[in-house]
Amino acid sequence: MSVALQLGIIVGYLLLALAIGLVAYRLTDRTAEDFYLASRTLGTVVLLFTTFATLLSAFTFFAGPNIAYAQGPEWVLVMGLMDGIIFAILWYVIGYKQWLLGRRYGYVTLGEMLGDRFGSRGLRALVAGVSLLWLFPYIMLQQVGAGTALEALTEGAISYAAGAGLITAFMILYVVAAGMRGIAWTDTLQGAFMLVTTWVALLWVLAEIGGAGAATEALAASEETARFLSLGSDYYTAQWMLSTAITIGFGVAMFPQVNQRFFAAGSKTVLKRSFALWPILCVLLFLPSFMLGAWAAGLDVTVPEGGNVLPIVLAEYTPIWFAALVIAGAMAAMMSSSDSMLLSGSSYFTRDLCRPTLARFGWALSERTEDLIARSVVVIFATAAFVASLLNPATLFELGDAAFSGFAQLAFPVLVALYWRRTTRTGITAGILISQAFYLASLFFAFVPGSYAGWTAGIVGMGLGLVVTVAVSLVTTPAADERRAIYFERLGAD
Amino acid sequence: MRRLQLLGWGAVGIVLCALAVPWFLWGDSTVVAGLPLWLWWHVGWMGLASAVFWAFAQRAWGIGIEPGREGDSSEANGSEASSLEHGDRSSRPATGGDRP
Repeated sequence: MSVALQLGIIVGYLLLALAIGLVAYRLTDRTAEDFYLASRTLGTVVLLFTTFATLLSAFTFFAGPNIAYAQGPEWVLVMGLMDGIIFAILWYVIGYKQWLLGRRYGYVTLGEMLGDRFGSRGLRALVAGVSLLWLFPYIMLQQVGAGTALEALTEGAISYAAGAGLITAFMILYVVAAGMRGIAWTDTLQGAFMLVTTWVALLWVLAEIGGAGAATEALAASEETARFLSLGSDYYTAQWMLSTAITIGFGVAMFPQVNQRFFAAGSKTVLKRSFALWPILCVLLFLPSFMLGAWAAGLDVTVPEGGNVLPIVLAEYTPIWFAALVIAGAMAAMMSSSDSMLLSGSSYFTRDLCRPTLARFGWALSERTEDLIARSVVVIFATAAFVASLLNPATLFELGDAAFSGFAQLAFPVLVALYWRRTTRTGITAGILISQAFYLASLFFAFVPGSYAGWTAGIVGMGLGLVVTVAVSLVTTPAADERRAIYFERLGAD
Repeated sequence: MRRLQLLGWGAVGIVLCALAVPWFLWGDSTVVAGLPLWLWWHVGWMGLASAVFWAFAQRAWGIGIEPGREGDSSEANGSEASSLEHGDRSSRPATGGDRP
């Protein structure tokens, strides 16, 4: 019964999303700008919730509460600082400037924006290449997650491969048809859905166990979990919390699917409103999902090895249909992140790698052809990631897990380029190359340590990227074809 | 004047980041109304951050980014804002922009 119900709810969600996608398809022009950015027309609610749903993967429902269950709820602080405040500030500092530039010069990707300023196809390809390196395994991880979750949910009736395949096929169909507009609309539905179901889940469980006071007392009563209530622990050190919040916060801003949303706002007012509402929206979601995980540690709930705490708590204290609804929400969270990733991956590949290469051989693409290539790349990308998820290559897993810090290495070179006129092409290229090389080496070579006095290699690499970009820019002269002024002059005076 | 304002908002941003985690409550396990005190602080701080962001969006949006705002001329700001809100996309220069 519960399996049929859960599947019914998930399939119901997919069909609803598909219907929204088809409506969006009817409204979509056959141009790349419309496919990738919904022609820069998103309103406050849609922009806010699409960014929100894209940012929050299954981590919020599965891994996050699991960590809170095992180590205490301090993750709420890390999430609030990185997503709620650091990311919001970057939304202004990087995002607003990017939005102005994108509007003025028609940029669709980050690589395009940098390549144009520094007069360099190489830099453009480098940014796209680095982004795709981190993005591809991350898409694969989502498929692995969806396959595993579906297999567990149906108790093996749907195999891992069939589950991952089903999700992949759906995403291809969806992204190819709907583009950014459809994705943004379903994200909106889904963001609101996640927020409401998590709060209902929290209130439901608390009503069953006698309120927050009783739940916290249960934590304090046990010797094992009493330490959860005091801030900090051997696991949650100050350096670790700061390193994590800073690297992920900056990494998120460089994640292609999030970064491209910086271009998509309909107006300045939309950006202002979204910016102001952001911290509240974040804490509203993180607080209930992570506290449910932490409180579960004091309750009579046993989580099997490798199991997820939230579904077990829900199964224990709420009706089957409700637990299924929340799990459907979590599955949808996974998909709403990966469909956006596919779309962005396609734009980076088509605009920054494919088009400039063809141009070099004298082939100019019409808007229609480019649109066709973009959609084909979505199919190729998703299929390749699916095949990789079946093969389970260890290296790709490591890359996927390290993706946030990998993207974070891009943030300082980009920030310096946006705000410092003296940045040179050689400076930013060296900053990106060296920090990426350092971070990759820390992952794969034993002689490069992964932590420095408690600070992670991710944050050390970010510092390195900053120093190298500035230092190399100071000792080099700008190339003749750099356009030094375009980030600084006549911005906003369209 | 403008530069001072930029520094002020920068400082506000740093304080918002720095105190999102109540470091002064490190090791503290006081529980208030069913939640640890440090968690209440965080929730309140996020609310405060939203309020500060809203105030920033109303009063200083564009500072440090739009060169027109550096001169602190409110009239120029007004016309600039309206042209952005209703930006005429057809008048936008082609990709690549002008060479300086």
